[in-house]
Amino acid sequence: MSDTGIGAAVRRKEDARFLTGRGRYTDDIDRPGQLYAHLVRSPHAHARVAGLDATEAERAPGVVAVLTGAQMAEDGVGSLPCGWLIHNRDGSPMAEPPHPPLAAETVRHVGDAVAVVVAETRTQAKEAAGLVEVDYEDLPAAASIHAAVADGAPLVHDDVGGNVCFDWEIGDEAATEEAFSRADHVVTLDLVNQRLIPNAIEPRVAIGEYDPSSDMTTLYTSSQNPHLIRLLLGAFVMGLPEHKLRVVSPDVGGGFGSKIFHYAEEVVVVWAARRLGRPVKWTATRSESFQTDAHGRDHVSHAELALAADGTFLGLRVDTKANLGAYLSTFGSVVPTYLHGTLFAGCYRTPAIHGRVQAVFTHTVPVDAYRGAGRPEAAFLVERLVDKAATELGMSPVEIRRKNFIDTFPYATPVALEYDSGDYHATLDMALELADYEGFEDRREEARSRGRRRGIGISTFVEACGIAPSSVAGALGARAGLYESGQIRVHPTGSVTVYTGTHSHGQGHETTFAQLVSDHLGVDIDQVEVVHGDSEKSSFGMGTYGSRSLAVGGNAIYKAMEKVVDKGRKIAAHMMEASPDDVEFEKGVFRVVGTDKETSLGDVAMTAYVPHDYPEDLEPGLDETAFYDPANFTFPAGAHVVEVEVDPETGRVELVQVTCADDVGTVVNPMIVDGQMHGGLAQGIGQALFERAVYDESGQLVTGSYMNYTMPRAADLPSFTLGRHTTECTHNPLGVKGVGEVGSIGVPPAVINAVVDALSDLGVTHLDMPATPERVWKTIHAAQA
Amino acid sequence: MPPVTLTVNEKQRTTEVESRTLLVELLRDHLDLTGTHVGCDTSQCGACTVLVDGRSVKSCTILAVDVAGSEVTTIEGIAGPGELHPMQAAFKEHHGLQCGFCTPGMVMGALDLAARSADPSEAEVREWLEGNLCRCTGYHNIVLAVQEGARAMGGAS
Repeated sequence: MSDTGIGAAVRRKEDARFLTGRGRYTDDIDRPGQLYAHLVRSPHAHARVAGLDATEAERAPGVVAVLTGAQMAEDGVGSLPCGWLIHNRDGSPMAEPPHPPLAAETVRHVGDAVAVVVAETRTQAKEAAGLVEVDYEDLPAAASIHAAVADGAPLVHDDVGGNVCFDWEIGDEAATEEAFSRADHVVTLDLVNQRLIPNAIEPRVAIGEYDPSSDMTTLYTSSQNPHLIRLLLGAFVMGLPEHKLRVVSPDVGGGFGSKIFHYAEEVVVVWAARRLGRPVKWTATRSESFQTDAHGRDHVSHAELALAADGTFLGLRVDTKANLGAYLSTFGSVVPTYLHGTLFAGCYRTPAIHGRVQAVFTHTVPVDAYRGAGRPEAAFLVERLVDKAATELGMSPVEIRRKNFIDTFPYATPVALEYDSGDYHATLDMALELADYEGFEDRREEARSRGRRRGIGISTFVEACGIAPSSVAGALGARAGLYESGQIRVHPTGSVTVYTGTHSHGQGHETTFAQLVSDHLGVDIDQVEVVHGDSEKSSFGMGTYGSRSLAVGGNAIYKAMEKVVDKGRKIAAHMMEASPDDVEFEKGVFRVVGTDKETSLGDVAMTAYVPHDYPEDLEPGLDETAFYDPANFTFPAGAHVVEVEVDPETGRVELVQVTCADDVGTVVNPMIVDGQMHGGLAQGIGQALFERAVYDESGQLVTGSYMNYTMPRAADLPSFTLGRHTTECTHNPLGVKGVGEVGSIGVPPAVINAVVDALSDLGVTHLDMPATPERVWKTIHAAQA
Repeated sequence: MPPVTLTVNEKQRTTEVESRTLLVELLRDHLDLTGTHVGCDTSQCGACTVLVDGRSVKSCTILAVDVAGSEVTTIEGIAGPGELHPMQAAFKEHHGLQCGFCTPGMVMGALDLAARSADPSEAEVREWLEGNLCRCTGYHNIVLAVQEGARAMGGAS
């Protein structure tokens, strides 16, 4: 291992600018002649827009224009599209009601925008927005799954009966029925996976600009996937050809899924800029983030596990209702289906599985991918069910897991996936040892002497990452390919620029991808520049989500490097008067096998660009692009062990220890991988203990700011203990699996299993997240009653 | 509009602002010091933390006119060109940042702690950072960075 290659904890290249205040986030960009947009948003969850009077606002100081949803419709601006078509159990397609960027007739959630005020300053735009008079006819709202599926519920979309967008299934229903019919024991569980609000610390920002001399439209946007935004905005919404539309996503302050999607404000600023002939900028306030960033999770499930008397799993049945919010967000349909139902097998050899998911519209903010996206919901369901089964059968949570672990690979699950590699016993062994699981009962007793209830919880889980093989995704309804591009430009003096279609918003790609180049091409890491986030620079790309950047984008870069080496070998052979077949390449040096003749990549690059003496049939230059389409998903897995102490008098849960042993495949930068684990764990613990989006019955978002949505803060969390056991991914050249979502998938069930364990002798068998003091206290008292 | 004169990163600056202009708006919009970030509208996230006369302050909670005559230090002002302050270096060494958005506020807040405590415990650091939100790091590495940065500063500011 070199000190900057694969496996080295290289300090990050991007840190210098972030640490000195020289990062360039979208709100740091101002364009000449720029105007400011402020959106007029509905205070109602459901209302008819009976009238809109902008007369006074238009006369306010600095106001350039007030533009409405009706004008947008007149201009032929299209609906925000959904990127994944789901089919119902009967084979018919899901309902796809339109999602206008500005509502013209009906508003469907608090925060739905009806108009935009554009003014010379931010303050003028905001003040004038308060002068726009909108005549709302308030209508009854359905603000929860329960309310939306009730008889006679108000319809979110008139032509979507019962508010059901789709009714989907996966697995073999008959085989699962048969498995249950011969079960010795059936465990059942009703659970809620609560709604979360992603809360990247950088609020979303968008700037639209139109240059009439080049007929070029530019959108600066805080996005995780600028190329995808260009595709959706250009081809589906605005009808702009891609060669006349540039999308730039510079430094982005966190995403966690919420910046994947194509948002209304991106359309509004581009449309307004083209109409007004001046750049238009919109910066979300945090309050707007709460009301407009797509939320996450929000499932209600009933699950049943059929077991033999010895604890062998026979069948699993899941019935989930998923909240989509008011509109189909870009990937809102795939999260509760193919990113959720396909993970019902977990780490276990459950031979028969059937899952059904009904997705419902409600008068709330759209719901879409949030760190983990469907897989945390699946892991929580499976791991809670497994723990409950252990309790009911009198087995230990370790024993029941070991008995059912998948331990031969490849393994085809009954829910459409084929796991390629893993060692679930090894990660569990490691986690139990690091957590001193054996010594736990002494600690429980010691805590009891202090009046505390101490519990320990385990979760063993697998996730499907590296999204995704295009042919598989396409067959399942994806409306895009999910490959990635990588370009390696070797400059004449041997330095390298890497262009990637992924996007880094905290993940450290500028370092990790440079390490790949340093490792394979032997180029000094300081001589490698990684470029991302601009549709005019990288040829194409699908962006960053689903732990795909290294697993898909990194392998595209590797493929491009292989092309560089292939071409370089021909040039080097010519330079050294040898046959290309006799030239080997290692760490930046081409060498004639069995001789001391060698030449460097730098000399080969110079020859490629100054080809005075050069192979006759070869093009000059050393600049190669590759597209990598993965053969399969990757399957990171691990074991998390959480130890808690509960104060039964107050219901407060204290996290004593969080221990993880994970298998994320080959690790390029262990420092960055650990950082990804820490962040995922904090968000997973946030879900388990603190966070919950709450709407009241009328559809008002009660948790609409940091005053009442509980974000995990430094003093709420412990330091984490991490272990790693690596099995390589078998189907990509780097052997990598992905790490971004591991913590948020694995840890929530471990936390809740620990809390239930702590309270089990008080009669508690389950509680929903978040395990706030109030909920824990009430659960204890209900169990005692 | 009243002119406000204050010292920012050791340079005297005079700017005309509205009486309602916040210090963070003065820094970002008038002085182009975009290293100070805005992450919320309820003074909860701490991304806008700067030093005012050596004490950490959320620059979204204070009016520009109220800091007239004060010395304000932002993330751009704690190290020379091409250099890192020991606290910045500790954040880099311990991977105490990911997306970088909360980082300036974290560093500025940490400087105030380091001036008060040369060798803060983990609990002290976690308590001190109560007013700064980070969504990326889980705070684990930030805590290590602040502890080491404070030790490296040895009680200096």
